[in-house]
Amino acid sequence: MTTPGQTVGPFFHYALPYAGGGDLVPPGRAGAIRLHGHVYDGAGDVVPDALLELWQPGPDGRVPRAGGSLRRDGWTFTGFGRAGTDATGHYSFSTLMPGATSPRRLPFFAVTVFARGLTHRLFTRIYPPVDAAAIANDPLLSGLDPARRDTLVATPDEQGLVFDVRLQGNNETVFLTFPGHR
Amino acid sequence: MTETQAEITAEIRRIEAGDAGRGVEQPRRDYPPYRSSLLRHPTKSMVHADPETIELWAPCFGHQDVGAAEADLTIQHAGEPLGERMVVAGRITDGDGHPVAHQLVEVWQANAGGRYAHQRDQHPAPLDPNFTGAGRCLTDADGRYRFLTIRPGPYPWRNHTNAWRPAHIHFSLFGRDFTQRLVTQMYFPGDPLFPLDPIIQSVTDPAARSRLIAEYDHDLTQPEYATGYRWDIVLTGSHRTPLEDDA
Repeated sequence: MTTPGQTVGPFFHYALPYAGGGDLVPPGRAGAIRLHGHVYDGAGDVVPDALLELWQPGPDGRVPRAGGSLRRDGWTFTGFGRAGTDATGHYSFSTLMPGATSPRRLPFFAVTVFARGLTHRLFTRIYPPVDAAAIANDPLLSGLDPARRDTLVATPDEQGLVFDVRLQGNNETVFLTFPGHR
Repeated sequence: MTETQAEITAEIRRIEAGDAGRGVEQPRRDYPPYRSSLLRHPTKSMVHADPETIELWAPCFGHQDVGAAEADLTIQHAGEPLGERMVVAGRITDGDGHPVAHQLVEVWQANAGGRYAHQRDQHPAPLDPNFTGAGRCLTDADGRYRFLTIRPGPYPWRNHTNAWRPAHIHFSLFGRDFTQRLVTQMYFPGDPLFPLDPIIQSVTDPAARSRLIAEYDHDLTQPEYATGYRWDIVLTGSHRTPLEDDA
């Protein structure tokens, strides 16, 4: 009896994105990283009207419980960010590296993707680069074949991490469904 | 943009017939009548994941994020917007019946003439200088939300020749955990455009589709002021028990 989803459509830009939405921490602050990339469609073209949301623990692995994501005070890490893609399909967050929330779990960013043409939100995860031993212990990554698994793992660059979202096609990003989703 | 409405409608009916009785509650992501979906829907199966700690919680929003006046879309400019003034209110629960308390609700919509205050909306209907069409509120302890706005108009789009969207309000919702995140649209009862619209019809189950349609509620209607519509929203189940909530 759940309420169905519907596409975010093309006209969300004056409602959902907000000033500082992608800056979970001020860019350039000690410990800040840039997490950025492009969103592509099934033809390999960029998607200039996608919206990404990021939800993550702090570097200490704790789940943020503070408000203030919409009107940031510049000091409180709320763990939530929202960024639209630009005309080149590029999105960018300034944030902190997530910590592991429990000792035997890999840290990751939880992500939702919205776009015109996408009838229902997509869930995925962005894992910072991981080694083979860690993959073997992770319940999600260890169950994926290597090519699919690689779509969930960011690559490092000078400022932080790069992660592209491919909605469709050969290197299609792994999208997730959770128990109870139908 | 060469297909006719009749061709799109035939596709819609064919897919609905194929899905009949399957009880799918959510829209098809692979839904060719909605042309923009063709290159934007994943073609591989979703991967089942058990939510981990961060996914068992949702972001927190508070009164530092949302001012009380943001729930009134009719007072954002110097004058009153044109159109049918309207209360839209309802309750948000999760799949287990728990209220979604103190959580963010965001809405956006076209004006009474069916025009969005968005630079990419080229529909030659007038912009209303007194209406932007975006609002926010926080649910109360019982999961209730309430907006004051004007009724949006239907508008044309370029999916196919003579394509028109039924009037709707976009809703963005957070739940008690991250996996409940939902963006959807609220429609108005009895809209003649429903059978023609590939977006509402991407939900192929008629019973599920009906849950996108608000009810006129005379108890919400305010004498001499505004009509009232009720729309209750049910998110998927939370993976966290209420006992695990913050004190």
